[in-house]
Amino acid sequence: MQLLKAMPWSARIGLLGVFIFLFSAVFADVLAPYGERAIVGDVWEPASAKFLLGTDNLGRDLLSRMMYGAQTTIFISVIASVLSFSIGIFLSFLAAVVLGWTDQMLSRLNDLMMAIPTLIFALVVLAALPQELWILVLVMALIDSTRVFRLGRAVAVDIVVMDFVEAARLRGEGRMWIIFREILPNAMSPLLAEFGLRFAFAVLFLSSLSFLGLGIQPPEADWGGMVKDNKDGIIFGVPAALIPGGAIAALAISVNLIVDWLLNRTASLKGGRGNV
Amino acid sequence: MSNANTGRPAGPGSVGGFIGSYPLLSLILQRIVLGFVLLLAISALLFIGIEILPGDFAQSYLGQSATPEAIANIRRELGLNAPVHERYISWLGGVVQGDFGISWANKASVSDQIGKRLGNTLFLAFWAAVVSVPLAIGLGMIAVHYRNRFIDRLINVISLAAISLPEFFTGYLLILFFAVNMGVATFPSTVHDGMSFGDRLSAIALPCATLVLVVLAHMMRMTRAAILNIMSSAYIETAELKGLDAFRIIARHAAPNAIAPIINVVALNLAYLVVGVVVVEVIFVYPGMGQYLVDAVTIRDMPVVQACGLVFAAVYIILNMVADVLGILANPRLRHPK
Repeated sequence: MQLLKAMPWSARIGLLGVFIFLFSAVFADVLAPYGERAIVGDVWEPASAKFLLGTDNLGRDLLSRMMYGAQTTIFISVIASVLSFSIGIFLSFLAAVVLGWTDQMLSRLNDLMMAIPTLIFALVVLAALPQELWILVLVMALIDSTRVFRLGRAVAVDIVVMDFVEAARLRGEGRMWIIFREILPNAMSPLLAEFGLRFAFAVLFLSSLSFLGLGIQPPEADWGGMVKDNKDGIIFGVPAALIPGGAIAALAISVNLIVDWLLNRTASLKGGRGNV
Repeated sequence: MSNANTGRPAGPGSVGGFIGSYPLLSLILQRIVLGFVLLLAISALLFIGIEILPGDFAQSYLGQSATPEAIANIRRELGLNAPVHERYISWLGGVVQGDFGISWANKASVSDQIGKRLGNTLFLAFWAAVVSVPLAIGLGMIAVHYRNRFIDRLINVISLAAISLPEFFTGYLLILFFAVNMGVATFPSTVHDGMSFGDRLSAIALPCATLVLVVLAHMMRMTRAAILNIMSSAYIETAELKGLDAFRIIARHAAPNAIAPIINVVALNLAYLVVGVVVVEVIFVYPGMGQYLVDAVTIRDMPVVQACGLVFAAVYIILNMVADVLGILANPRLRHPK
């Protein structure tokens, strides 16, 4: 509660936004007025009391599909960002603790992967692999983990030279102890903000892939795919494609508002000069 | 100069005299050689990496119901029977001479298509850059000038929101508003050979605006951070305490030190622009590289995918390389290494 009071209004709006999306995703099965794939009306009906957001290109209720879409989009994004975070942090801390050629190998491989633009990399890899959900999640996580690796290594290298790590080494603790018990707790605050950014990026990335027809496959509802389904309506002045697009934007903005507050908070804790 | 270019870039023993007498030039040469090594490594990653991934191309090329004989025929026809490294070398040899092979889907030359489409993509990215770069630097300076006041906070919140907007949301919003409701812009933005320059410009107005909105916020925030970083350093405070006026401080003390980070920001975002073009081209049905790549990925036309991937990666790496080289040139400290 105290924390909530100290928050600026922008972070409170962000928190509220994330809460609304999470709530509608978790309780979609209870709250949604119609089924995910049920065709209940005409094609592209305007918003009415019966269909609060109108219907889509096949006559399915948009509000219900938005809720089920939130489930898919948020769930996949969370899994991909947790996975990318685990991989990136573990490998970057390992590189910082072991150093030597392990560090060289991992860092150079990371440089190489970061030199290819993410979307292009994903498109090329997904062209070669079979279209399955776990492959999509794994590809998203691996590509994203390069960004986590870079930050994680920079943070860990600073911590590794501290006295308490030296003390743990002299005590005879193993590498895993040093990584998880000495470095991880002390690197938490910059990494927490990074996790928020990675999640927002995963939502945008997944939606872009689905929009291009390479992400989640129909008839499963997801926001990027819904933009693709309804995009032809734009020419006739039907704004159905803008609703899932706007939801993606709103979720990403909410997360960014929270991250912005977290970053400012950690910056002022370190005694930065002014509000940079 | 030529011996340093062909030799190992980082060998201090062999080219030590050269590094000593031309520190700046050798730094730049090192960076350029590094760029080409990176490009070579990426070409190997794109080709061999895809080959060792599971999934048989002949199978997916023919579909699930293909007979084993048909698959064997296709493998021979596409040259898939040779070992990977042999195929990589012959592919790379072709690429160096500008030959990307033949598309599996329509048996047409990939190079011809890329030649046409790369021009279209660069045309779009160029005009987006011409609009967005001055606008971003100007807005960044305004934000620094009014730092922590209402205008700065407004710009900050708006740009934070703009970063989160997916390209397709901005794109379709612009189409709905300008092309459908007001009828002042054209959609779809098709361009073809017979079009005049003016017609082309009016066709790309909307995709160009979308790209500008996508990179503007990012570029502006980075410009603001770069200038603010310099404005909070000790020598600026000294200049303020000496009683110099604001214009003199910015022009004589801040600007020379801000050039390197700003150039870096601009080049990074130009690289991003070339990538962001993929989604924007699909939205606006613009005949460029991005559309070509996405179509090829959908039907798994591997020669086209590899070629497009390599071209995009090359543009990205070259822009980053240019950013580093300009950064080295703009930083006097690097000219006289200790």
